[in-house]
Amino acid sequence: MKNYFYYIILILFSIALLDSCREDDVIYFPETVPITQPEYSSIEGLYVLNEGCMGWNQSTLDYYDYTTGQYTINIYAYSNPTQPMELGDVGNDIGIYGSKMYMVINCSNKIEVVDKKTVKRVGQIDIPNCRFIKFHKGYAYVTSYVGPVVLEGMGSDEDVYQLGAVFKVDTTTLEVVGKCVVGRQPDELDIVDGKIYVANSGGYSQGAKIGYENTVSVIDIESFKEIERIPIAINLLGCKSDKRGILWISSRGDYNGTPSKIYAYDTQKRRLIKTFDLRVGNMCINGDSLYVISNEWSNISQGYTPGTYAIINTKTLEIVNEQFITDGTEARIRKPYGIIVNPFTKDIYITDATNYLDSGKVICYGDDGKKKWEVVAGQIPAHFVFLGENINEQ
Amino acid sequence: MLKRFTITLLAIVACCLGLQAQDANDVPLGLDTLQYLENVVVYGRKPYAEVIPAQTLAGKKLEGLNSHSIADAIRYFSGVQVKDYGGVGGIKTIDIRSMGTNHLGVFYDGIQLGNAQNGQIDLGKFSLDNIEEISLYNGQKSEIFQPARDFGSAGTVYIKTRRPKFSGEKNDNFNITMRTGSFGLANPSVRWEHRFNHNLTMSLSAEYTYATGQYHFRYRKKFSDGTIAWDTTAVRKNGDVQAFRAEGAIFGNIKDGKWNAKFYYYDSERGIPGAIVNNVWMNSQRQWDRNFFTQGSWQKQLNEKFEIMLNGKYARDFMHYNNPDTTLMLIDNKFWQDEIYISSSNKYTILPDWDVNLSVDYKWNYLNSTLANFSYPHRHTTLVALATARTWHRFKCQASLLYTMINDRYKTVYQGETLAHHSKWMHKFTPAVFMNYQPMQRYDFYLRAFYKRIFRMPTFNDLFYTDMGNANLRPEYANQFDFGFWYQRLCEDGFFAGLKFTADAYYNTITDKIIAVPSGRGQYRWTMMNIGKVKILGVDVTARATMHVARDFNVDINLSYTYQKAQDYTDPESTGYGGTYKGQIAYIPWHSGSVVGRATWRDLDINYSFIYVGERYSLSDNIIINHQQPWYTHDLSASYTFSISKTKLKVAAEVNNIFNQYYDVIINYPMPGRNYKLILKFDF
Repeated sequence: MKNYFYYIILILFSIALLDSCREDDVIYFPETVPITQPEYSSIEGLYVLNEGCMGWNQSTLDYYDYTTGQYTINIYAYSNPTQPMELGDVGNDIGIYGSKMYMVINCSNKIEVVDKKTVKRVGQIDIPNCRFIKFHKGYAYVTSYVGPVVLEGMGSDEDVYQLGAVFKVDTTTLEVVGKCVVGRQPDELDIVDGKIYVANSGGYSQGAKIGYENTVSVIDIESFKEIERIPIAINLLGCKSDKRGILWISSRGDYNGTPSKIYAYDTQKRRLIKTFDLRVGNMCINGDSLYVISNEWSNISQGYTPGTYAIINTKTLEIVNEQFITDGTEARIRKPYGIIVNPFTKDIYITDATNYLDSGKVICYGDDGKKKWEVVAGQIPAHFVFLGENINEQ
Repeated sequence: MLKRFTITLLAIVACCLGLQAQDANDVPLGLDTLQYLENVVVYGRKPYAEVIPAQTLAGKKLEGLNSHSIADAIRYFSGVQVKDYGGVGGIKTIDIRSMGTNHLGVFYDGIQLGNAQNGQIDLGKFSLDNIEEISLYNGQKSEIFQPARDFGSAGTVYIKTRRPKFSGEKNDNFNITMRTGSFGLANPSVRWEHRFNHNLTMSLSAEYTYATGQYHFRYRKKFSDGTIAWDTTAVRKNGDVQAFRAEGAIFGNIKDGKWNAKFYYYDSERGIPGAIVNNVWMNSQRQWDRNFFTQGSWQKQLNEKFEIMLNGKYARDFMHYNNPDTTLMLIDNKFWQDEIYISSSNKYTILPDWDVNLSVDYKWNYLNSTLANFSYPHRHTTLVALATARTWHRFKCQASLLYTMINDRYKTVYQGETLAHHSKWMHKFTPAVFMNYQPMQRYDFYLRAFYKRIFRMPTFNDLFYTDMGNANLRPEYANQFDFGFWYQRLCEDGFFAGLKFTADAYYNTITDKIIAVPSGRGQYRWTMMNIGKVKILGVDVTARATMHVARDFNVDINLSYTYQKAQDYTDPESTGYGGTYKGQIAYIPWHSGSVVGRATWRDLDINYSFIYVGERYSLSDNIIINHQQPWYTHDLSASYTFSISKTKLKVAAEVNNIFNQYYDVIINYPMPGRNYKLILKFDF
């Protein structure tokens, strides 16, 4: 009887102890998945930057190779195996300029610079709480939430807030060469006719008395000084110019009574020319089309608003397509997050961030709105850049 | 190396057990009476008073474990996972049978510790200094004469502080303890116990803890050929903690009854060390906590049939969180919580083997905060529990029905203006049934089973956290089915003083699980929804052997093992690579267990403990990047007690994580490597 019990104990513990001992963590070998037929154009590939959930240090880089039709996940860790703690925490933007690719790693307070083809590390630029990047004549301009801290009022009326800044970086030396203070928590920026337009959000002050920002800051590139603040709407996020110099600006709204919207601002006429009452999470411009995606939570209805998959014609300023996904597969997208459109094939790539924790997806739609393929990416796939001759200069 | 060691260890344990089993009857050594009594006290006190017995750590056994806090001690129970963010000041919460930390009720001297704000009790904040006993119950404490609140959790931990005990005519006991060691620890404590008369005693205790909380950690990765790709060692910073605790209690006896009253005060400041991520070298977030409660209990047998118990509590908790780091969002938030609680339990004995109990509790919670547009929620909870216990020969049964009525009142505030007042009502009935059967009179062998359905309310943070809470949340349900047995054998004059073996198989489901989901764009936009579903299949096994090896030399071995398959059933369409459907949920290992061995020879006491947590995933998306390595730590401590005139002196030394394993319990929150502690205790 007694022996019997000992054997049970022994067996159970043997399972527990011998089954799985601790092993060394090894460098991830990138997993390559064939997904479709090769395509040949001047676009060689598409990089996908996965944000990774805050604090997880799981921002990763994926690559879709057009010449083979294969998708490879987590190529940065493999290309730079000796880099401690891999790519970093929360990748927020990606861009290619010259021979180098720049990844803005928000919570690691740096821009990781790699060779655009080999993804081998070239260096890093330390910019605290950096958000978005754009390039112009040998310099990179990066928005950052970190500027001077301002203290207003006294006693119970005291309000502390922090201004943001645009950092100017020399792309040959990778040194910060200038800094221009803008509004609170500046997000996306774009450059039109020697001026930088910056969407200020004020997102950190959502509850504070001072409230959200509602302006776009205009910086003169030559003097690198803020010359104007254009009031648009609260809590701005996106700021993209089309080829006619019209800025397409998105407001996040306040998640309560004020929903997200899109604003078209004419930089030549220097006025707002149209407001679109269309829910927007992310947008992308291709030719004369502005692609808009969203599914927004509403605290009022306590549910998600119906997903937006719309196209605005940037020339006629009309919504030309209210549902560009035509096969009903948008119902399976839990959190549409990132978008880019192939300028040649007009294929649309949308990311699904699922629940911000589990692996996301990259989904490809043809220009007919039918799903071509989908592939599992990293945690919160979000930002894209094409690799190819002159493709990013268009 | 480690692997070999573990195997050796296992072999030794196995050999001991196997060999001793055969020899047991041939070595009729007389037991030291005192030692034997102590064992019996721990083993078989009222052998089957409880329908389902608890897992308990008490007395010297508890003292011998190398533990800073209550959370460290609870790790040795089967079916339990501790979420530990590392270090002296790091948050430590408990998850029983994979149901989630919010389903655990923690009771301090009989009354539940509440946290209406986030529903989680950080057991790292409770020191073991003044603690006598810790018990863990699956389901509920299987006793019917208890407040309604005790029926209201899926699992419960009871923490019992030290009761004054006096020997002979001595009316005062003093204890002074000093602990020091790694992490810059300075931890003095004092206790005074006084007896006014045979019916009235009191105790006062105070403790101060200071630690720099600094320790080395190491992360590294290798190439598949075994060469090192990168290897980084750094110091964990901003983990300092400073805490002061004061506690006082008074205990009284009355005719056919007893009463007690106590207060508890805790004041602390700590750094929040944060996650280790690329290119971030400093964290400067800080947190201040001030917790106060006072509580009392009164109990009396009014006549042969009727017994009454009254309980009451007032608690106030303050929390201040500050982030001065300008590279992150500046935060300076303060929260105040109040709780008032009263309870009346009334037991009536219908027949000598048939009791019924009716308990009625009322609880009020309020949360105040400096958050903008805050809802200032109040929660009124009324609980009524009707319970009965019946014994038929060797079969015992308990059944209870809990009625919960909750009224939440809150405001909608926008830019300082109150826009609306809300009042929400909820009524729920939840049952539980516990059974125990002894098949044969001759053997201490019992079969047991229980079923319980219970829910946890959404917390104030889930419901009302500005811009993030979802006021429409429903309660999250836990259903538990358990079947098991326990066997014990006490030998009065053998090599074995006692043997005990328990095994339970269980099946739990969690429905309407409250989980965070994305709301707007940007990662700090989340909201809460009732969409999760989890099914848990598990086995808990414990074994204990107490051996009398030679004169004055006793060995006690405890083993616990847990197997859990806790699967995520939330999204049936999330299958294939990167899918979550049926994936093992976050941070739940399939295999976990512990070994605690204690050897005593006269006044020398040696304690060895081993904890094993098998491989896990940080998400129910069970892919390689989310894979977490198993971890296991070996701890050793030794203590020696001697007397100088009337002062009893105890010297103890501890080595924790002997093999200096660098591991994470939670991803990017490194745990300390090898560390030491020295303890000096004076009792007079």
